[in-house]
Amino acid sequence: MRTWQFFLVSLAIALVGFAAARLLKNDYLFFAGYVVLQFIVLATAWNILGGYCGYVNFGSAAFFAIGAYTTVVMTKLPAFANRHLPEGLAEIIGSITPPPIPILILLGGVVAGLVGLGTGYLTLRLRGVFFAIATLALAVVLQTLIVNWDFVGGSRGAYVIRPATVPVLGINYIEYLFLVMLVLVVVALTVARAIERSRLGYGFATIRDDELAAEASGVPTLKLKLVATTLSGAFMGMAGAPFPYYIGFLEPSSAFGLSYAVNAIAMPMIGGTTSWVGPLLGAVLLGTLQQLATVTISSAVSLLIVGLLLVFFVIIAPNGLLGLWHDYFGRKDEKPTQATDKAAVKTS
Amino acid sequence: MTAPLLKVDNVSKRFGGFVALDGINLEVAPGERLGLIGPNGSGKSTLVNCMSGTLHNETGSVHFDGHAMNGLAPHQRTHLGLARSFQLPRPFHSLSVAENIRVPLLYTVRLRRDVPHTREELEHRCHEVLGLVGLEHKAKKQPKDLTQVEMRKLELARAMAAEPKLLIADEAMAGLSESEVKDIVSLLITLNERGITIILIEHIMTAVMSFSQRLVVLVSGKKISDGDPQDVIRDPEVERAYLGQ
Repeated sequence: MRTWQFFLVSLAIALVGFAAARLLKNDYLFFAGYVVLQFIVLATAWNILGGYCGYVNFGSAAFFAIGAYTTVVMTKLPAFANRHLPEGLAEIIGSITPPPIPILILLGGVVAGLVGLGTGYLTLRLRGVFFAIATLALAVVLQTLIVNWDFVGGSRGAYVIRPATVPVLGINYIEYLFLVMLVLVVVALTVARAIERSRLGYGFATIRDDELAAEASGVPTLKLKLVATTLSGAFMGMAGAPFPYYIGFLEPSSAFGLSYAVNAIAMPMIGGTTSWVGPLLGAVLLGTLQQLATVTISSAVSLLIVGLLLVFFVIIAPNGLLGLWHDYFGRKDEKPTQATDKAAVKTS
Repeated sequence: MTAPLLKVDNVSKRFGGFVALDGINLEVAPGERLGLIGPNGSGKSTLVNCMSGTLHNETGSVHFDGHAMNGLAPHQRTHLGLARSFQLPRPFHSLSVAENIRVPLLYTVRLRRDVPHTREELEHRCHEVLGLVGLEHKAKKQPKDLTQVEMRKLELARAMAAEPKLLIADEAMAGLSESEVKDIVSLLITLNERGITIILIEHIMTAVMSFSQRLVVLVSGKKISDGDPQDVIRDPEVERAYLGQ
């Protein structure tokens, strides 16, 4: 299937799913579903760098928060302009900010992508565990910056008032957020899948396997790694951009929450990191389990579930669900070829 | 004499207090088959790494095909036509054997063409290169399914797939049987006849002697002999380096 065909088909599936969910007339479904969708984007984004290139990013929460805080900045701008800027300019700013959610997503993506590019440039000479530690440090540094930045509320946090009207007629705001996130999921999955099947995907795989050999084969490893950090960061930022509207009140500890960093790693690991399907599977499975646990037991249990599942998968199935699938069905596929090998030996 | 394809000029490399290369001068003419020998630790691989860009030489310069190589990343040198194979095979483990060959086609050969390869072209070329080293039937296998010998052939095939002007084969034959060594030597000679200049680094003397038109000997980071292979191995200094006094 070509990329545009995949995009259209998955968009159609997503829209049919959305329409079906609306029939149930249950807002909670969208409220919980939004979180799962957000994690699909986050996991897919992490996998572009972590799964395809083999660079483990512990700082996903930072990129997510960059997206979220870009939105906060946009919502604070009109009031700021009224107070500090000349009237004419303030009016212009007031009329264009805060922009609609799709624009906010793009903005969040651009800012987080640029931070990704910068981080990549500074840290990608580091390998393995040192890179992972550097990304963790980035998250800590950024959180400290946000905590001390009064404009976006500092450690007190910031209220973000949802716009009263929804640009798409006939649906309420949580449905709208869900729909936007659904489209973002389709875009993220399409991009991840397109990368996998392209020249870029081969380049990423060689970086994961052996950078020296990749260079010797002509792969510009540093450039490709920057492409990966930028793309990965951008999608994480995009996942975070609508978050303030979803949650209504954003504080640093929720935007930089441990659950984002942990889930962004755990979901692709549990699903399988070599294909776009892995993060999707992992995020749907883990995200749904966590939402179920939140309503049935307690929200604190959700991280425990992630932890236990991660331990289980790392020990039993280090290649995730996709690896298990491949081990089981792949072996069945191989049998006939072994048989033909033997037949070939006999005839010769 | 025509301008040299590769010119190594006074190249030195230190690792802390250890002098790995000490003012090496070397010229390789286009189309030449050069053997590079030396005892373990004499600096052969370090020299290869300085030529291919994996390591940076502290003094001196490397010129290839009229381009100054100092400061160029390894992939840029590969793009210019300088390919190398690694002493210990370094296949891309998550890619199939054919896909391993596809990487240099996509990233190096692609740059020399106006249009991307079609899928058929890529597949055809992969099979052609694998056919040269006799790995055609393993195209769909993963590198982990290959034997050590096949892994070395894959390593060589991947370097060849980049369609280099100069191929540096770093101990491509270690651990191979006599007939396999002969196969590889004749393969390298075939490649050379097609116009590829080859530097062969090797311990197996029968291979080196049957392959090389010229022989260079490194000992303790210094070039001690350079010339006709028969003369070089009779050089008393070379005998002393290999056999002791």
